[in-house]
Amino acid sequence: MMAGLVLDGLLALLVLAVAAWTIGVCQTFAATVGFTVYGLLLAVVWMRLAAPDAALTEAAIGALTGVLLLRAAIQLAPSEAGLNRLRPALKLRLLAGTLAFAITATLAAVVFHLPEPAPTLVPQVTAQQASTGLGNAVTAVLLAFRAIDTLLEAVVLIFALVAVWSLAPDAAWGGIPGAQIKGGSGDVRAYLSRLLPPVGIVIAFYIFWVGADFPGGKFQAGTLLAAMGLLATMAGLIQPPPVASRGLRWALVLGTLVFLALGLAGMPLAGAFLAYPEGWAKPLILLIEAASMLSIGVTLGLLVIGYPAGQAEQ
Amino acid sequence: MSLLIDAWTVLAVFSGVFFFLAGTVGLLRFPDALTRLHALTKADNLGLGLIVFGLLPQAVDVWMALKLIVIWLLVLIAGAVVSQRVARVARAQESGQ
Amino acid sequence: MTSITLFGLCAAVLIGLGVYGLIVNPQPLRKILAFNLIGSGVFLFFGMIARRGAASGLGGDPVPQALVITGIVVAFSATALAVALLLRLDAAGGPSGLDDAVDGES
Repeated sequence: MMAGLVLDGLLALLVLAVAAWTIGVCQTFAATVGFTVYGLLLAVVWMRLAAPDAALTEAAIGALTGVLLLRAAIQLAPSEAGLNRLRPALKLRLLAGTLAFAITATLAAVVFHLPEPAPTLVPQVTAQQASTGLGNAVTAVLLAFRAIDTLLEAVVLIFALVAVWSLAPDAAWGGIPGAQIKGGSGDVRAYLSRLLPPVGIVIAFYIFWVGADFPGGKFQAGTLLAAMGLLATMAGLIQPPPVASRGLRWALVLGTLVFLALGLAGMPLAGAFLAYPEGWAKPLILLIEAASMLSIGVTLGLLVIGYPAGQAEQ
Repeated sequence: MSLLIDAWTVLAVFSGVFFFLAGTVGLLRFPDALTRLHALTKADNLGLGLIVFGLLPQAVDVWMALKLIVIWLLVLIAGAVVSQRVARVARAQESGQ
Repeated sequence: MTSITLFGLCAAVLIGLGVYGLIVNPQPLRKILAFNLIGSGVFLFFGMIARRGAASGLGGDPVPQALVITGIVVAFSATALAVALLLRLDAAGGPSGLDDAVDGES
């Protein structure tokens, strides 16, 4: 018990040290490297908080965020470096520090005054979980009890992608997203992107499949698929389809469409929107998860790649 | 028997941690990018290998053991590729100066 | 003092650090980073609340955990949008900072 507390204390200190470093370090590039490490450390914290599903999501999404920020940091390096001299004066920094400290102190006070016994929805979840046929309580919450959240979240992802695409210059609209990447086939990136995707895709399907009963699910699996696609794209081996492609657009909305169609079918069949008919819950949930995994994977990958830049702007 | 297995786990994991420590010291102390990479990859590959070796007898079934080995292999591949990329950038910068 | 309280305090400090960075760092990309730090602190708060709700064999309350998972993915999509806006602004030769002073110079 004591050893666990010491270990957690060291872990928390490490997380805070890396976080402080990403805020304080001079170069933006170094800060983004620090943030990537920070994401991995957070995944360990999630494990210590007995939330393996969140740990998997944090590790997978953290890696994608890392790629996104690192690429942006390299591209923006000239303009960001020029802004360093604009650091606010000591007075403003003290003021900001006081504000930040007040927020932290308030939240810390909240931590010590949380209601006892802690409110929990575990009894309700475990009482209803058997009706879904799922062994993983988190998946049951995501796909059955709070399915509306998950449905709307998928919509948010698509909206975000539409917003990113809408930034394309007029000339490039409808073209291939992201900058053109030249890659030689002798490059080690090409080697990696031939070696890794078969393994990564198998692991993604595995994570999706065990997600019903063990930690895992469509978000983690979709992120892995996105990562495999990005690997091949960044090595120059494959090109993302043009934004105007119909097939791509269907792939993006497939998950939401299946989710919505089955949700609407629940109204006549089970009496409520997003309700599953008796005994059909698990196969229907797996169907939704499979379709969502594909759509989430495509959406997340394209979010990292960015808007169609065209030839004019390099 | 189980005591022997536990002793093996403790021994192997501790030696693994030692290699991680050595690698980190190398990363902090070595003079340039290439030697730092050398310290990092050698130590981490061997260190993680020893940790996985130590944990293998603790696996509840064959699948768990296989997963541990797959993790080690994936880290080996990722480490090798990333160091190659970093080294290439480092060399390009050196010759550029 | 338990591990749960410890991580709750860690989350509180992370949010404070994020707020400080958001105000003090002049570079827009660093502000996005700081904002993500605030976000992860809030998620960690959820994680602590979930862990407190552990009961009948479950290590934590699955409802806040599920909310955090959707939250992490949505935070990523927001970050991607913010980064894309920034890159587009840069490509268009727009102001690189948020201050009026920078606008005047460029």
